[in-house]
Amino acid sequence: MATVKTADRYFDDLRSTRVWRSVFRSGTGSSTLHRALAIQQNVFLHLFSTKVRTRMLSVSATWYLGTLTLGTFLILVATGIPLMLYYHPSAPQAYADTKDLQFVVSSGMFLRNLHRWSAHAMVFLVFAHMFKVFYRGAYRTPREFNWVIGVVLLLITLLLSYTGYLLPWDQLAYWAITVGSNIASAVPVMGNKIHFLLLGGNAVNANALLRFYVLHCMILPLTAIFFIAIHFWRIRKDGGLYSHASEPATLRAKATSSSTTATEGQ
Amino acid sequence: MADSKEFIAGVDSNAKKSPRRIVFITRRTSAQVKVDTEDQVQTFPEVLFRAAVAIQVLAIALVWIALIFNAPLEGLADPSHTPNPAKAPWYFLGLQEMLHYFPPVVAGVLAPGLVVMALIVIPYFKVNIEADGLFLRDRQHRLSIFYAVASALSIFLVSFKVYAALVPTLIMVGLMLIAAQSSPQSSSAFRRYLAARPLSYWVMTWFLFELVVLTAIGTFFRGPGWAWIWPWQGF
Repeated sequence: MATVKTADRYFDDLRSTRVWRSVFRSGTGSSTLHRALAIQQNVFLHLFSTKVRTRMLSVSATWYLGTLTLGTFLILVATGIPLMLYYHPSAPQAYADTKDLQFVVSSGMFLRNLHRWSAHAMVFLVFAHMFKVFYRGAYRTPREFNWVIGVVLLLITLLLSYTGYLLPWDQLAYWAITVGSNIASAVPVMGNKIHFLLLGGNAVNANALLRFYVLHCMILPLTAIFFIAIHFWRIRKDGGLYSHASEPATLRAKATSSSTTATEGQ
Repeated sequence: MADSKEFIAGVDSNAKKSPRRIVFITRRTSAQVKVDTEDQVQTFPEVLFRAAVAIQVLAIALVWIALIFNAPLEGLADPSHTPNPAKAPWYFLGLQEMLHYFPPVVAGVLAPGLVVMALIVIPYFKVNIEADGLFLRDRQHRLSIFYAVASALSIFLVSFKVYAALVPTLIMVGLMLIAAQSSPQSSSAFRRYLAARPLSYWVMTWFLFELVVLTAIGTFFRGPGWAWIWPWQGF
């Protein structure tokens, strides 16, 4: 206990310096007010509520799937940026760069492995998150629109993964994208136009690689961040993480069914 | 404004846990507290700490996977040499499996388009908000609709020889039949569980089941020419 207090005091000293106070406005102290301010006065953290129902912290309530999805996204950004330093989006140089990552660049193999497995994990986790939210009934009023944003994020995730799939420019990438993009040609009337727009040609070629690179490293991540921010903010605006037992309707039903005396919330 | 005697004021006594609240209650309403405020924790630091731990555990697991398993890298892209089978990424293999049975405009455009539309409109339809067991009310009417939909879907799948999608459908139909024969008073917990499932649960579970089965078949059970193979045969 004593050591914890010492560490706390050092941290408090740091927090009371003028420089720290100029950056973080919540101030020193560990009162409820200061803890609330730490969330509320931070541009990133203010997306979240200052308080969360205790029951929503249990693993069974959410399985932390949303948090873990964010975790994969952060890993993907952190590994994706160094990968960009070693990569030219041109055919066939892209393939040589991927080979270099495997055999020449220090830890290049590890970076690429982590990026790829995290991408698969993110697609899986997004689906898992969606089904968990559905089975908990957490899409119900007033959270309808956040569910819709979630579906948009699912599509963005699939597109991110799909566009990244082409970048190694190997046989696996080339033919997977060929198979996938041919589906676009099946759209009635517009099919071939959409196919051409997507690939910058009638087949997967160097133009397609460049387009997918720009989509994968610029447009889609920025779009994802935009929607992720709204997604998080809406959790707070829609009344916090959904808990069936805390819904107004459930509480009303419980209150009327019990005696007229005050009832205990769980 | 109204006369000041129209309401009384009170103070939330639980000031240690939550910021002090002052409540104004008009004369006509009861001042009884019917529901206690639920126990809450501060996001900073409790929730952020837990989120950080969860992400750390995930990161450690992924780092281990990245250290042990190498990402695949095949030969240089070659438009003149088509591998057989040419497979899409795993999350699209359910779609590719559907393309095997239906024309591209149905399997590649119509079906995924309808799925996305269906997902988006879920919260806006009352049927998805209802939490009562499907067959608990209006039983005869709902059963006849269920029989009609289940047989139409099965006949459709059989006529296109989509046995891969037929099997999960029949299993779900079987479970729904058990649900129809069960009630909240049934002796087994499983039957009570099934009886309480609403329609939205059945539709979504059917979709999830099909998604998993079709994706698994496309990933592990399809070889050259999209012919059926067993995972241990290799190709």
